[in-house]
Formats: sequence, structure tokens, C-alpha cells
Amino acid sequence: MIECRNISKIYRNGDNETVALDGASFSVRDGEFLAIMGPSGSGKSTLMNVLGLLDSPSSGTYFLDGRDVSVLSEDELAEIRIRKIGFVFQSFNLLPRTSVMRNVMLPLIYEGVPHARRSELAEEALRAVEFPESRWNHLSNQLSGGQMQRVAIARALVNAPSLILADEPTGNLDTKTGELVMAAFRKLNLEKGHTVILITHEHDIARYADRIITVRDGRIVSDFPNRDVRSA
Amino acid sequence: MLFIDLIQETYIALTTNKVRSGLTMLGIVIGIASVIAMIAVGQGAQKSVEDRIQSIGSNLLMIRPGAARSPGQTVSQGQGSSTSLSLEDADAIGREIDGLSAVAPSVSGNYQVVADGSNTRTSVTGTLPAYAAVRNVSMDSGSFFTEAHDARRAKVAVIGPDVRDELFPDETDLTGKKIRINGIDFTVLGLTATKGGSGMDSSDDVVYVPLSTAMQYLTGSDSLSMISVTVSDQALMDQASADISSLLFERHGLSDSDTADFRVMNQSDIVETASSVTETFTLLLGAVAGISLVVGGIGIMNMMLTTVTERTREIGLRKAIGAKGRDIRKQFLVESVALTFLGGVVGIGVGWLTATLLTKFASVSTSVSTSSVVLSFGVSAGIGILFGYYPARRAARLNPIEALRYE
Repeated sequence: MIECRNISKIYRNGDNETVALDGASFSVRDGEFLAIMGPSGSGKSTLMNVLGLLDSPSSGTYFLDGRDVSVLSEDELAEIRIRKIGFVFQSFNLLPRTSVMRNVMLPLIYEGVPHARRSELAEEALRAVEFPESRWNHLSNQLSGGQMQRVAIARALVNAPSLILADEPTGNLDTKTGELVMAAFRKLNLEKGHTVILITHEHDIARYADRIITVRDGRIVSDFPNRDVRSA
Repeated sequence: MLFIDLIQETYIALTTNKVRSGLTMLGIVIGIASVIAMIAVGQGAQKSVEDRIQSIGSNLLMIRPGAARSPGQTVSQGQGSSTSLSLEDADAIGREIDGLSAVAPSVSGNYQVVADGSNTRTSVTGTLPAYAAVRNVSMDSGSFFTEAHDARRAKVAVIGPDVRDELFPDETDLTGKKIRINGIDFTVLGLTATKGGSGMDSSDDVVYVPLSTAMQYLTGSDSLSMISVTVSDQALMDQASADISSLLFERHGLSDSDTADFRVMNQSDIVETASSVTETFTLLLGAVAGISLVVGGIGIMNMMLTTVTERTREIGLRKAIGAKGRDIRKQFLVESVALTFLGGVVGIGVGWLTATLLTKFASVSTSVSTSSVVLSFGVSAGIGILFGYYPARRAARLNPIEALRYE
């Protein structure tokens, strides 16, 4: 589903050049659970932005479902993001003072899904992450961190994307809640077949994935299957 | 993005911070309300000036004697002091000028008028029955005098409502009452209807008597104070005015306009002058109010910019999950237009109320016109677009990666 060929990203700031990605090449199959690991500043966030079509590479080509996306316009990229990609962020990024339901439905608004269908899809997504039904109409700021992250995952799921990109999803959570969130990802991957790409710097979290890519200084230094998958 | 979602998002965004939205809207409310109220005051003034002038008579030309000068001297005794206009001039104008519908010569002077122990000093106008038509004099009760009264120099009078108030405050039927003007008894024929106007040139504070009677018993002279002429068609005013001038030049044996012993005044010129003054007045009031509207608009822009900054992360998120630049732009633009639109609606209400209260309690005449309502509606929506565009564009152009990282 993903094929990256020799992707580089260079930020220019006046005369300074920062190489964030330096010729990364790899591919991801449908239904894989992949972790991208690396210390901060290794270029893993840049890689995630490129994979999530938020940023375009300075050179190299990126095929998403067989289509070269490095040549598309911003609107076309937004169109692909809305149909194929779900994001989960470290800081949840829920709309403040807005109900859980409305937060989950947000992508459907931009997709132009009819009203009646929206709540159906949102309920389905909330059930998939095992979010308690009694809190569906709570405001986002009345939730705990773990609950917020589950709402964020439901939001990422709601438009049935083939790819879920999670950027340090457990970074703001305690270990136990983090494990529950990871269990939710694992379940989605196993039961619904979503491709999940997890960005993290914690080895414990990366161990939930089937395959771990390690990035350092913008280069892929290792890429191997995880023989010791942590079960949820 | 569906339109209904746009409205819903806007509603949520505006109600999230009610006080701020309300205060920002207040700026527009005050702006629009003052535009509506000020223009209403201006147009009210314009309307009352026009009404007053129209009540004197439309399509009216007034010919008055010029300044009297002693032979060989250059000392002017003021406009209207000359005795150059005669009844023959009036007849000649009626006979020789085309396109006139009525000619009414008149003399006037101020006299003491006495009745039953009350007395007042008022303007007495001696004229012909045609005057009633020329100067829009209508009767409240009784009748105007006739040609027959004039022919036999009948001592009859028609009085205005202000004179009635002075002389017969309690009487309802005045016909047949006696009044003394300058020591001579006159019989009252009728009462004219109120025309409005106030102060010096009130056309209600007047007594009308037949021209020949006035000449014989009051002025003792056969020169006229004025010849009033109505022209049948507005378009013929200038032509008629020029024709009258040349006729009088010829009759008075004058050669150039410097020596003119009369003046022809055109009613429409007076209306135009007065209108242009009140139009300027309206424009000035509107402009002052318009400034407050612009200030309100800047308030909107200020709030929208603050909102965009506050919601940077949210905008980043929306873009990340697939909102296009134009979705974001629309959202912020609709937000600012909604503010100004609602502010405009409330402002029109407040402005209209202000105008009504001004009329009621400060007796300022006002007139809220549809055009000013439509205009301020358009202007307020326009201000929303104008002052909302820049913040909306800024929001739409945010880079999602940077926006998501924004603290």
C-alpha cells in the first residue's frame, strides 16, 4: 500500500540546510502494524508528515496505493487524507468544549457525509474503541487522557481509512492507560485490518508492532520483523 | 462541506465565547444604528424643508420690485422698495406670456388688526382670487373672495388660523364676524386651512383682502409688492422666467440688466438650493455615522484575528483530517459575516427606534427610508466580508504541521 523510494527532506533556513530525511526507502503492505522508532530529531516526525501527506518530500517518490502523490496539489492531498488516512496525535487535539460525538463526526463533515449516516458511523467507531456509551455526549474537556485518546482514535477511524498514522499516541498517558490505547490499535489491526503506522521513541510501545523500523539522522538504520510481539 | 454544517460550526464558534461575540457585534450595532438614525434625521430635515417650500406652491415664479433709487443717485433703499410693478404689468404678463396657468398680483403690508377687544399685528395681503390657486391656499371654512368683491372694492377679508387664534380664540364659525384693519371695518368671509411653517414667514399668520380694496383703503398706492405666477409645466419654468424678464424690460424701457427694477424668483431654484443644503447635511451626518461603522468593522477584524490565533491548533487538526483551504476560509468568513449580519439587523432596529424616539420626544422630524435600510444591510454584510477576509485567508493558509505544533 505504501512504497517510498529514496525519500529526502531538506529544510532550508537562509543558508542553513537541515537534512531531516536522507534517502529513506521502504514499503508497507496492507494490514501491517508498523512501528517507526528513533530518538527525537531522528526525522521520524518528518517521515510521518510525509507519509500522512501533510508535507511533501524534497526528492524521491512516494506511492500510496500505487499512485505517485508527490505531484498532487494541496486540495488533492486533502481529498486523499480525508478518504484514506486517519491521524492520532500525542496531544489528542480534540475540539475543546465540544461533545464526544461531534468530535468523532468532524472528518465526516468535511467529507460531506449526510447527517443521518454520520451518527451511525460515529457510534460504530466509538464502539470499536470501546468508549463507554454513557459518555458519548460529554464534552471533550470532561474526559481523562485515556478517554480523550480513545475519542481521537475513534475520530481517526470514522471515515474507514485504510491507513492509521499514530504519532506518539501514548506520549501523554501513564503506562497503564498507554497499554489500553495500544491494545485498541492492536485490535483494530487484527480485527478490522487497518494498516497502522506507529511513531514512537519508546521501545516498550514499539513492541506491539509486527515490524519495527529504526530511524537515525534521517536514515533507516534497521528494518526487521518483531519476533516478540507484545500481546494486549 | 454542507451549508448546514457551516451554519452549525459558526453557531458553535460564536456561542463558545458569547461575551466577546456580543461586544464585537455591539460595534456593528452602534455603527448601523447611527447610520440609520442620522440619515433619518437628515432626510427628515430635507423632507420638511421641501414640504414647506412646496406648500407655498409648485411651479411658482415670483416677480418682486427691485431696489428703489432716486433719480441720479445710487443709494439703494433695498429690494422690494421700488414702486415699479404695476397692475398693468401683471395684466400684460397674463396676456402676453405663454404657458402660464395663473397670475396673481398682490400688495402686502403689516397692519394692526382689531376684533372684539383683541388685537394683533399681522401681514395683510391684498390680492386677486387667483392667488388661492397660485399659492396653494385652501379653505378651512367659509370661502375666498371673488372677482366681484374685488370689482366693487368690498371690505371683506379671509384670515389665517394664527390670526383666528389671536382674535377669536373660542369661536368656531367666523363667517360674518367683523374685524378692523387700520381702522376700517372688514367682514370675515372665511378661514384658511393650516399650511404649517413657523416664525416670520408663516403663511398662517396672514389676512387676505381684495386687491383693489387694499390699494384704496390700506396702501393708498397702485404699485404692487409682488406678482405670483404659476407655470403650467415644470419644464417651461426657465422659458417663462426669461420671457417675463424681457417683457418687463421692454415695458419699463430698460436696456441692460444692471438697471433692472424688478427680480424674477423661481420656486424650483429655491427648492433646489434648499435641497442641496439638506443633502449635504444628510451626507455629513451619514459620513460621521459611517466612521463608527468602520470602527465596528475593525473590531470584527480584530476579533477574527484573535480567534484565528487562538484556534491555530484546531485549524491545523481540521486541515490534517482533510479540510481544504477553502473549507477553512469559508468557515471564518461565514463567522464574521454572521456577526455583522446579526449586528446589522439589530442595528437597523435600534436605529429605527432611535429615529422614532427622536421624533416623539425631541420633535426632530425623521424619515427612515427603505434605501438607507437596504444600504446599511448591504454595507454590514460587506464589512463582514471585507474585514473577515484577511483573517479567514490567514487561517486557510496555515501550514497544518506548524499549526498542530503551535502552543
